[in-house]
Amino acid sequence: MAEAAPLWWALALPPVLAVAAAATALAAAPAGHGVAPLRELARRRRRTVAADAPLATLGAVLLPLAAVSGAVVLPLGFRSVSDLAVGVVWFNAMAALAWPAVWLAGWGPNSALSLIGGYRFLAQGLAYEVPHMLALTTAALGAGSLRVGAVVEAQRGLWFVTWMPVAFAVHLLSAAAMAFWGPFDRPVGRDVAGGAAGELGGADRLSFLGGRWLLLVVAAGMAVPLFLGGGHGPLLPAWCWTLVKTAAVLAALLWLRRRLPAVRMDRFAAVAWTVVTPLAVAQALVVAVVVLGR
Amino acid sequence: MLGDLLFWVLAAVAVGAGGLVFGCASMARATYALLAALSAVGGEVVLLGLDYLGVVIVLMMTLEMALMAVFMIMFMMSPSGLSPMSMRHNTRGAAAICAGVFGLLAAGALLAPWPERAGRAPADPTRALGLSLMGPQMLTMTVLGMVLFATIVAVVVLATRHGRYDRPPAGAREAARRGGEVG
Repeated sequence: MAEAAPLWWALALPPVLAVAAAATALAAAPAGHGVAPLRELARRRRRTVAADAPLATLGAVLLPLAAVSGAVVLPLGFRSVSDLAVGVVWFNAMAALAWPAVWLAGWGPNSALSLIGGYRFLAQGLAYEVPHMLALTTAALGAGSLRVGAVVEAQRGLWFVTWMPVAFAVHLLSAAAMAFWGPFDRPVGRDVAGGAAGELGGADRLSFLGGRWLLLVVAAGMAVPLFLGGGHGPLLPAWCWTLVKTAAVLAALLWLRRRLPAVRMDRFAAVAWTVVTPLAVAQALVVAVVVLGR
Repeated sequence: MLGDLLFWVLAAVAVGAGGLVFGCASMARATYALLAALSAVGGEVVLLGLDYLGVVIVLMMTLEMALMAVFMIMFMMSPSGLSPMSMRHNTRGAAAICAGVFGLLAAGALLAPWPERAGRAPADPTRALGLSLMGPQMLTMTVLGMVLFATIVAVVVLATRHGRYDRPPAGAREAARRGGEVG
């Protein structure tokens, strides 16, 4: 069972995540490009005609907020800021806030291209959400608990990735789709001039694009307690294992990023519903049978 | 004490945002005001000790409202959500009905002889809920699941323009020229 973390962890969580997200973004940037988004701090917000500015700003702020709230249940070693009894569902609910966030950022500026970006993300969300829920359910099923600490504890001997490889793969796929990143970046694609992020400027833009990296880091980090044994591992201390595994997952995602073609959301939806969802259901069934037989 | 404070704050958010739904001239604002109200209700359910139900309410309502905004704008604002619209119709009649229903419910809540609590709350309400759903209520849940699934399939079949096998090849312009959907 996870121990309670001191209160200052809650305060330390956002800056630590921000550093992790910035490091990931730097590692992903092509050589010669710095952290361009940081320059946005010195810029003004962009104004468009008849914009719904409060909604656009709400969308931009909601994205990092969702990522940080979801990270509350993310354990470092065996401790998290709050090991909620329904931690897995909590993570899912917070990650789902990306839907309104991206759509609002797309709707708010009253611009056709950014609105298309927002709608694209909802279409993509319909595709990734169902398999993702099934993957999360599978991990919780294997542990017999919705508590993230209990899921880590259940992997003391055997990591879940060994007998739930499909759920693990689906989770990583969903992590990239949820952060509309890599092959799933159509909602902010170049073909729609930046899409949902296209009309955002200044602090809004930094918040939105930074929130996207935060969401990617948190979703990838969630794969560690759910499937990769959390802090369990030989020699190194638990917190160190968490960091090493999270970095490994992120590195794998970054490596895969340039090796995969962009995925159009409607094609992805067809594959997600006809191939990925049945596979995820079959994986859940296998795990359920194993759990019943134990 | 903290629980009481949270209850009242969430209650105020739920009622205030609920009222805001009818005060907005934009479907996007109205839908997300509704989401704020429903999330506050989810928070109230968590306060009752039903963590799972409360968080699931927030999760489901977030996804639902995100999609509902699309339909609300598509069907109710014109053209395509570019001009404002009022959420109020038949203002006087609606106000009378609302006041009547509110009075009835409030009177019921205040005047009904509420029973004393029998037994104690289970140690893990999530587990108790799961056992109930998958035990005595299994038939209901199964039927409900099938009906919902059939509805989804039927709606998709009715909404899609082309059949199962005649999807246009990649980059086909013809579908777009005929007025078909643009991928």
